[in-house]
Amino acid sequence: MQFARSGAPKRRDVLKSGAVLAATAALPGFWMPMAQAAEDQPAIGTWPAGSAGDSVFIGISVPRTGTYAVQGEDELKGYMLAVEHINSGDPLLRAISPKTTKGVLGKKVTYGVADSEAKPNTAVQEQSRFISQNKAVLFTGSTSSAVAVALNKFAQREKVLYVTGISGSNDTTGKDCVRYGFRQCFYGQTAAAALAPVLIKAIGKDKKAAYLTPDYTYGHTVQKSMEEYLKPAGWTTVTNQVAPLGAPDYSSYLLNVANSGADVLLNINWGHDAVLSTQQAKQFGILAKQKLVIPYQIPFLAKEVGAELTAGVYAATDFWWTLQDKFPLAKMFVESFEKKYGYKPEWGAENAYMSFAMWADAVERAGTFYPPAVIKAFEAGQHIQSMVGEVWMRAADHQLVRPVVIVQGKRPADMKSPDDYWEVVEIVPGEGVMQAPDAFGCKLGPYT
Amino acid sequence: MITWPNFVSQLFNGLASGALLALISCGLTIIYGTLGVLNLAHGAMFMLGGYAGYVAFQATGSYVVAVAFGALFLVVVGAVIERVVIRQFYDRPPEDQILVTFGIGIVIVELVRLGFGSLTKTVPPPSWAAGVTPMGFLIYPTYRIVVLAIAAAALAALYIVLYRTRLGMIVRAGIEDSGMVGMLGINVYRVFMLVFGVGAMAAGFAGIVNAPVVSLTPDLGESILVQTFVVVVIGGVGSFPGAILGGLIAGEILSLTSMVNPAYSEVMLFVVMTLVLLLRPQGLLGLKGRA
Repeated sequence: MQFARSGAPKRRDVLKSGAVLAATAALPGFWMPMAQAAEDQPAIGTWPAGSAGDSVFIGISVPRTGTYAVQGEDELKGYMLAVEHINSGDPLLRAISPKTTKGVLGKKVTYGVADSEAKPNTAVQEQSRFISQNKAVLFTGSTSSAVAVALNKFAQREKVLYVTGISGSNDTTGKDCVRYGFRQCFYGQTAAAALAPVLIKAIGKDKKAAYLTPDYTYGHTVQKSMEEYLKPAGWTTVTNQVAPLGAPDYSSYLLNVANSGADVLLNINWGHDAVLSTQQAKQFGILAKQKLVIPYQIPFLAKEVGAELTAGVYAATDFWWTLQDKFPLAKMFVESFEKKYGYKPEWGAENAYMSFAMWADAVERAGTFYPPAVIKAFEAGQHIQSMVGEVWMRAADHQLVRPVVIVQGKRPADMKSPDDYWEVVEIVPGEGVMQAPDAFGCKLGPYT
Repeated sequence: MITWPNFVSQLFNGLASGALLALISCGLTIIYGTLGVLNLAHGAMFMLGGYAGYVAFQATGSYVVAVAFGALFLVVVGAVIERVVIRQFYDRPPEDQILVTFGIGIVIVELVRLGFGSLTKTVPPPSWAAGVTPMGFLIYPTYRIVVLAIAAAALAALYIVLYRTRLGMIVRAGIEDSGMVGMLGINVYRVFMLVFGVGAMAAGFAGIVNAPVVSLTPDLGESILVQTFVVVVIGGVGSFPGAILGGLIAGEILSLTSMVNPAYSEVMLFVVMTLVLLLRPQGLLGLKGRA
């Protein structure tokens, strides 16, 4: 049907279109599927406006300043690589999301980036802007569980999908879980359950433990989980030094640790806090007497404090680049990441990449951007390939079932390349280390 | 965890960290007392001193050169900032001054981030001050003891300048009544520029001296700025001896509270500040009606 470019439509065209309209109206049921769809899928969140055009938008807020800035930048690069791969239909992405061709459901993915400063309020404000101005169909970002928990609640309220960035708190898919939020990475419970047996075997039973704990949900839950899993082997906690995020000096906390008579120092601090507290623990002569353990691996820690300090240190992590020797997807990821950014990706980047790839997969399988349908596609528990083997989303708490990787710091003399800081000691399957889905009080909430 | 050895350790640690806080805070208080400008870029200057020293250390490998360069660089930066920006703001409302110094702080932090990235940079302590020193039942990092000595010496030097020299007399007179100082034929603006430079130097000097204790990141100054404000409020805004007393009190509060409950050590700092504001609003050594 074509109207004349100028002036009134031609009589013939009007008649033609009238005939088409009449014919379609006469066919019973022609309008029905459309009407049905509209009734089943009423507008929700940014749907359908967010995916009405030929592109969809993702809001990314990561800390680019503050204590977690270094880790935030690494995370951001993982997100950007994933978007690039989604849009180009890269083989790596298609190995994770087999239905992907180019883009998501044929739509190009665009994104905006904001600096969350690892502050919940800032992150929520930025994401509100991405939702109202850009009609974001998905948002992400957190390198702090305090942010993840706030964005979880925000996602549920706004009915826009949220994939967590880095978040180690049990609460994120525990008591603060939501229907609209999904987590890819490992967390306090799985870290503790996977790491504790290794520690008990390597360090022994009946040890005295000192903790350095950041004062928010991540620190508290990881500390509690570690304590719980070490207790049966007779480990006792002699001191738990809780410090605020971004503390400028750890001397007073470390003196308490030094005077506590502990055998093992478990440093749960993260980001620059971990770098500073570890370096200062060395200055206070603590690391000569107490064995250091990092329950929740910090990207770039070894690089920042130096391999001398991390030599022999056990840590639980999501991913380490030498896993490329074991997993083909890890190899593809490490290669394309290094080619683009010039360094070996840390686990923050891997987590970021996987989060977006899994979302692309869920949308492709749902065949629509309609959020409840995408959520159900996530919840279908489809087994997908990842950089650490096969993984699947647990429907009951939206936590990915995935292995936890236990690493040990290499001595400088044993490093084969400048980035060869950690040795993979064990890959602990995810199922066995996870709690029952409702053990941490998860109630997902409604779809609509 | 209150034990006798731990108590003594923390008492000493409070003194050492308090001395450093005092040094940073006195820069803030001298600037405020003389110029009436609350310098929110002070934390950024502390950080910048560390980075300036880091650059000098990389170039020469000398700790002494690093410290000297860190301090001198900040004198220049401070003087330039005063001449170009702050001077336009003396007659403007305090909120404008707060905003402009806050802005300068952000610019400094982001410029450093642009140049050096967010990954930490370290300046090692000089070889003669590396390692730990056993002090009875207390083992303390040798360099921190050196920092205590350096901070004490620097504070003594500042005291002599402020209380025993003509410049110091003008500065102190400026704190009391800058209008009168101007009427006496003294070029107040030149003094102001110098004072801002000296204030910035105190921050920069502390920054580089502190660099081997911490690791440098562009955000280093943020949390220090908050603590310095508390120090200045406790000691008395604009009072040089107040900054020293406030610094030592803050250091002891942070250290001693951590023995009882580490999560409350920062909180206690603010509790004490609130108490001081309620009971003695001008600060412990501040004078009534001034500042």
